[in-house]
Amino acid sequence: MSEREVMEYDVTIVGAGPAGLSCALRLKQLNSELNVCVIEKAAEVGAHILSGAVIETGPLDDLLPDWRDNPPPICVAAQRDEFLLLSKTGARRLPTPPQQNNHGNVIVSLGALCGWLAPQAESLGVDIFPGYAASAIAWKQDGSVSGVVIGDMGVDKSGQPKDTYVEGIEIHAPVTVLAEGCRGHLSKQLIKHFSLDKDCDPQTYGIGMKELWRLPEGRVQPGLIQHTIGWPLDPRTYGGSFVYHLDDNRLALGFVVALDYADPAFSPFEALQQFKHHPRMRALLEGGEIISSGARALVEGGYQSLPNTQMPGALLIGDAAGLLNVPKIKGTHQAMRSGMLAAEHLHQQHQSDGLRSDGFDQALRGSAIVSELKRVRNIRPGFHKGLWFGLANAVWETATAGFSPWTMRQHADHTALQQNLSVQRDWVERELPPKDRLASVYFAATEHDEDQPVHLQILEPDVCLTRCAEEYDHPCTRFCPASVYEMVEDEQGKRLQINAANCVHCKTCDIKDPYQIINWVTPEGGAGPNYQNL
Amino acid sequence: MKVLVFIKRVVDYNVRVKVRPDGSGVDTDGVKMSINPFDEIALEEALRMREAGQADEVIVVSAGTSDCQQQLRTGLAMGADRAIQIDTDKPLQPLTAARAFQALVEQQQPGVVLLGKQAIDDDNNQTGQMLAALWGRPQATNAAKIELSGDTARVTREVDAGLEVLDIDLPAVITTDLRLNTPRFVKLPDIMKAKKKPLDVVALDGLVSDAGNDLKIGNWSPPPQRGKGIMVDDVAGLVTELKSRGLL
Repeated sequence: MSEREVMEYDVTIVGAGPAGLSCALRLKQLNSELNVCVIEKAAEVGAHILSGAVIETGPLDDLLPDWRDNPPPICVAAQRDEFLLLSKTGARRLPTPPQQNNHGNVIVSLGALCGWLAPQAESLGVDIFPGYAASAIAWKQDGSVSGVVIGDMGVDKSGQPKDTYVEGIEIHAPVTVLAEGCRGHLSKQLIKHFSLDKDCDPQTYGIGMKELWRLPEGRVQPGLIQHTIGWPLDPRTYGGSFVYHLDDNRLALGFVVALDYADPAFSPFEALQQFKHHPRMRALLEGGEIISSGARALVEGGYQSLPNTQMPGALLIGDAAGLLNVPKIKGTHQAMRSGMLAAEHLHQQHQSDGLRSDGFDQALRGSAIVSELKRVRNIRPGFHKGLWFGLANAVWETATAGFSPWTMRQHADHTALQQNLSVQRDWVERELPPKDRLASVYFAATEHDEDQPVHLQILEPDVCLTRCAEEYDHPCTRFCPASVYEMVEDEQGKRLQINAANCVHCKTCDIKDPYQIINWVTPEGGAGPNYQNL
Repeated sequence: MKVLVFIKRVVDYNVRVKVRPDGSGVDTDGVKMSINPFDEIALEEALRMREAGQADEVIVVSAGTSDCQQQLRTGLAMGADRAIQIDTDKPLQPLTAARAFQALVEQQQPGVVLLGKQAIDDDNNQTGQMLAALWGRPQATNAAKIELSGDTARVTREVDAGLEVLDIDLPAVITTDLRLNTPRFVKLPDIMKAKKKPLDVVALDGLVSDAGNDLKIGNWSPPPQRGKGIMVDDVAGLVTELKSRGLL
């Protein structure tokens, strides 16, 4: 292969989410001379972003003091919090956990917020490249990161160049900032390569699914924030719902399930759909229509699972590092703060002895970002022992502000499935759309050119038909919210069919597969979901 | 020879469009916008003409608010030499667009004008034909193949009966169909180069005096939802059901 063309920047940021864009904006605010670029695999900034999202406004006040004069497209002030414990037909009001008090916060579409941040970064001179996937790390001879390799475009199914073939370039920079979000595929490689997680617990995850609805006139109460726990989940499975009332008759609803669930037969997608059929929800939704839907994994490991966030030539920020605060159910403020902190750190370095990644991890751990995580570190792992212990433990940890002398451990999600587990599910007949996962993918507007290499690599295909068939009966066909994995039987016998074109880039398969043989890599730039206001 | 390519900013073909609840149009809030795919094919064809030495300048033009500069920059990144935005905050109907384009064509004197056979938002399939008529020059629509030689072009069209071949004199208007070519990917460094290429803005009023859109749109509504189907046991059952609904 020929030498790839190279572009040089001072700082390259991978991922135009809240962390990456905050980092880019802050860098240019501090020093307009720095050349900064942001690489984004979605066709447009925000199209792969999915979040609740109720956000704290402090970081926005810091980053863009006048933001309230020109607010993001969806921005509804929080009015009232409700925290409910559901049974199949009933609902009991619980006191709202103090971490979830949303007074002063705003409900936004994080996708729309990123789409609103991007032009502000561009006006300061940041080069943002949506539609280009950073597919590999570029290395220096001394073993440090020199930048990223942009994926080739126009490659066919078998890996051969098509007429439209364009070789991806390399983007080099003294420091590359990984802001890929949860389970970033480059971050994953780097964490392994540099053993960044050798002194921490394994990262743990959840899968979040979200739908944006438009309801008949008069049902939405703008600013109302509801969270539920309990039904349709069993008490051993951690998770719950969110329902956020927006303006313009729009309602954001979703469901989050921790990926350490044990039952191989469980389907997170089905849990969301069941939740929508709780009498309270059903009455709200009937007669409405779905505007957009999607799914994305999120990090839940918190303080114990935080890896070293610096390595030679690169940094991890936001959820690529794993900064989400689970008890608060928020990560955006942490992502933005870590992006700004990285920018401030790099700016200081630049002024003294040049752009380097050194010292960032220490700065991060000394900041409010990590102390916030430390304070709540035992709340999420308390739920390993079930819902009731978890709630009691959460009360204790909250009352003692995290001063317990112990730290509970985290375990890798892919080890959590149990064989021969039979969980009775008290589930109902469904009627609300979408009727199945394919119908749901339709609302994600996901698109991949079919004639390209499959971006979900099965490292040991034999395992699917032998061990996995016997031990777990193909959980991939259930944990994927987009029906990417399908067992089919034809003349050639039984085999795993991968419908890669359905993929919404949530990364659940890469995380939950019990044998860790599914490897998510970037498809052609610009492919994937086209979320609208998620 | 100059080639003028008209492109339209439309809702991306992957997006599920929704009619606004008040019936005033299609909801474009937070929706991905792109170059109309047929126009993108027209631009690709123009770039290939230049690369084959048959054209020396490709000018890409769009009409709309400053938002359409995004699509013009993409056109420049694909390889167009310069861009013109016809500035207007009104969505243009085909005849108004054709009048504005005609004025621009008279100014620029291109040898070939290329545009998509239709835009995927309103599917009118009118602007190219109207432009040719107003300009008083030949037209070849739905081109599946274009061969230039000197002052003429041979255009192959896919029609119901097979292939139709037209020989037309230049300058002329050619509208492009899906199978003409596959547009190229934009190379990342070309995005940077495109930022430095000229993009002129001209006011719609400066091109056409009568900018009024003559068609009035009453109301927008989504197609009626299909009712639930029923399963019939056999052909006889099907016939009975159809008859009972007066369909047979």
